[in-house]
Amino acid sequence: MSPGSGASLTLLDVLQGFVHELRTAGLPVSMTENLDAMRAIGYIPIDDREMFKAVLSATLVKHERHQKAFDTVFEVYFSLFSSGVGGDAEGEGETSADGEEGALQDGQAQGGAGGTPMSREELAAMLLKALQTMDRDALRRLAAAAVQQFAGMEPGRPVGGTYYLYRTLRQLDLDDLQQRLMDMARERGEVEEGELADRLAHEEFQARLKELRELIEEEIRRRLVADRGVEAMARTLRKPLPEDIEFMHASREEMLALQQAVYPLTRAMAARLAQRRRRRHRGHLDFRKTIRESLSYGGVPADPKFKNPHPSKPEIMVVADISGSVASFARFTLQFVYAMASQFSKVRSWVFIDGIDEVTRFFQESDDVTDAVQRVNTEADVVWVDGHSDYGHALEVFHQRHFHEITPKTSMILLGDARNNYHASEAWVVDEMRKRGRHVYWLDPEPRGYWDTGDSIVSEYGKYCDGVFECRNLRQLQQFVSTIAEG
Amino acid sequence: MAERFESVDDVTKRLRGADYLADAGISGVVFLADRLEKPVLVEGPAGVGKTELAKGIAEVTDARLIRLQCYEGLDEAKALYEWNYKKQLLRIQVDKGHESEWEDVESDIFSEPFLLTRPLLEAIRAEEPVVLLIDEVDRVEIETEALLLEVLSDFQVSIPELGTIEGNQQRPIVLLTSNNTRELSEALKRRCLYLHIDYPDIEREKEIVRVRVPDVDEHLADQIARVVRSIRALELKKAPSISETIDWARTLLYLGKSDIDPTVIGETLHVLLKYQSDITKARKELQVPELGGAV
Repeated sequence: MSPGSGASLTLLDVLQGFVHELRTAGLPVSMTENLDAMRAIGYIPIDDREMFKAVLSATLVKHERHQKAFDTVFEVYFSLFSSGVGGDAEGEGETSADGEEGALQDGQAQGGAGGTPMSREELAAMLLKALQTMDRDALRRLAAAAVQQFAGMEPGRPVGGTYYLYRTLRQLDLDDLQQRLMDMARERGEVEEGELADRLAHEEFQARLKELRELIEEEIRRRLVADRGVEAMARTLRKPLPEDIEFMHASREEMLALQQAVYPLTRAMAARLAQRRRRRHRGHLDFRKTIRESLSYGGVPADPKFKNPHPSKPEIMVVADISGSVASFARFTLQFVYAMASQFSKVRSWVFIDGIDEVTRFFQESDDVTDAVQRVNTEADVVWVDGHSDYGHALEVFHQRHFHEITPKTSMILLGDARNNYHASEAWVVDEMRKRGRHVYWLDPEPRGYWDTGDSIVSEYGKYCDGVFECRNLRQLQQFVSTIAEG
Repeated sequence: MAERFESVDDVTKRLRGADYLADAGISGVVFLADRLEKPVLVEGPAGVGKTELAKGIAEVTDARLIRLQCYEGLDEAKALYEWNYKKQLLRIQVDKGHESEWEDVESDIFSEPFLLTRPLLEAIRAEEPVVLLIDEVDRVEIETEALLLEVLSDFQVSIPELGTIEGNQQRPIVLLTSNNTRELSEALKRRCLYLHIDYPDIEREKEIVRVRVPDVDEHLADQIARVVRSIRALELKKAPSISETIDWARTLLYLGKSDIDPTVIGETLHVLLKYQSDITKARKELQVPELGGAV
């Protein structure tokens, strides 16, 4: 164990702050896990940063999808311990001035004896060389130099790291670097002829440049933390976990995170539901089998056998608004429902804006759900007059064409914010649906507080539904789907 | 108590001797499992060497590997212990002629000779060092998970008729693997260290190929690793795992190929990919000719 000196006390404090930040970011870190982490770091060399990270991660993070949040917090909290750039445990207390100074030295070491900053071309040339041989130490120094020179970081400015990253990368022009790396490799005859070789070489350089980019990000983060302090930085970077991202306001990056989170979630849920359904009713006693089994116990029916149950699966009809603001919500819900199609006896879906179109066919034709959702957004015929949501008309057309297909086993799911642009609501259709089908649910992606404000008329439909649910993120969506699938 | 590993590097080095290439994260967690005496929950895509890791640890620590393969419907009787009911019946039948006291018979039929030990109990009572592998723990129902908890946290089993059975030697290293088909309970996760093994980076994959298929030369191994990385970057139903990479390397070797070109990939893609739609997609993306199309 490390001795109980001042240094280890600081580390302990840092760790407590770290765990606190993890909890704030939404990770469920229990007391036991916290203690495990404390015990664990006593067994490993503290100066090995990768190992330190691996150990904390093994004891504190128990979900794969929380890994990214952990990484971010770790980078912030331990950026000053960063390997290679002369940080150590004491570095935690560094003031911004110290950070700048240290960085300046790095820049000078690279810039030659005179200490003059390198020109863009010089830097690019050195980067190219380092990238060719993948000299990681050199890359790290060059990344620091590039940040020093191009990011234009000013102490105390409350901008996030992305701004500086953008400025640095714009100057470095990674695409150009990649092209030049390719050209040089070709000149030296390292890339063979043919598309495959090209592709492989391309990917190799891409991977290297990605590493460079990460080094630059790391450097920026290190400087920002030195400038603004750990807590402030963690707060800026705090991002919602994938399951808490709001559908309506997701950025492109968050959309991607959502996309990646949907599939594992549905898979896990489908497995759980299938298990539960199989075990919920045990079926009737199988008399014949029981007697047969009892023979091996001398005629005592010690082990009763049961018939396999015949589970009834619900039938689902989804009607989704896919106009502007709620489009992404509809997309994820459709994706979710279809990914779990095996849990339902039948799934049919319609999308509308002011016209309505059945889109079940897209999902039947393609076995790739993402692909199908893509086609829904581009090919479905949903515009009737002006392309502004008209729930009333959509519902009316649905009633005309498909109402007779609703059976007593059908659960209807209506999706949308019910912002009807002051058209007629035609809420009677929902009432009819409920009378004919098994259940009618309404999912609204807006926060409950916004319901019935402006042109939202969700209560008007809601009074005929079996339930109106707020469904702003994957967590809520998952909850809802599990309720209906359990029937 | 004798520790199994001296340091993290020791773990890496010895696992390497068993042909298992562990990265820093894997070795670190294995080392911690030894020191903290905690089970390790290993997650990751199928075929990245989760089960292999347990085998490797068993080999380098000279321990017997006891494996509990989980499946739906696994219960106490199959995981922990069971009374040998039929043997007990026999014992009672034999006793009918003699006039022994019921108490004697009872204490007799609920004793060691009538106990069928199952993997978990076996691991606890083992005299020699063991590594316990609880494979695919995500397949058991949430309720069944609970019966693992006592074993995992205290390494003991309570049998009503015999009392609590505790391990009498060093705690074995326990590995649980999960393919993540469902979320495991928090209670289980809390008791374990967590290790997520992902597809290896290109350097490590290359090394793995060379260690596992020693006849593959540097050049071919490099090409193999690059093509596999390229394929993994595609959006597939099932990306090629490490074991599939190794199979592919073997296949190429058997076919006597020392160099990979599009035709070779086209002929052997089915070793790496197991879905027709994936194969079609990879063909298109990598510009690989159809089977027999080149003739």
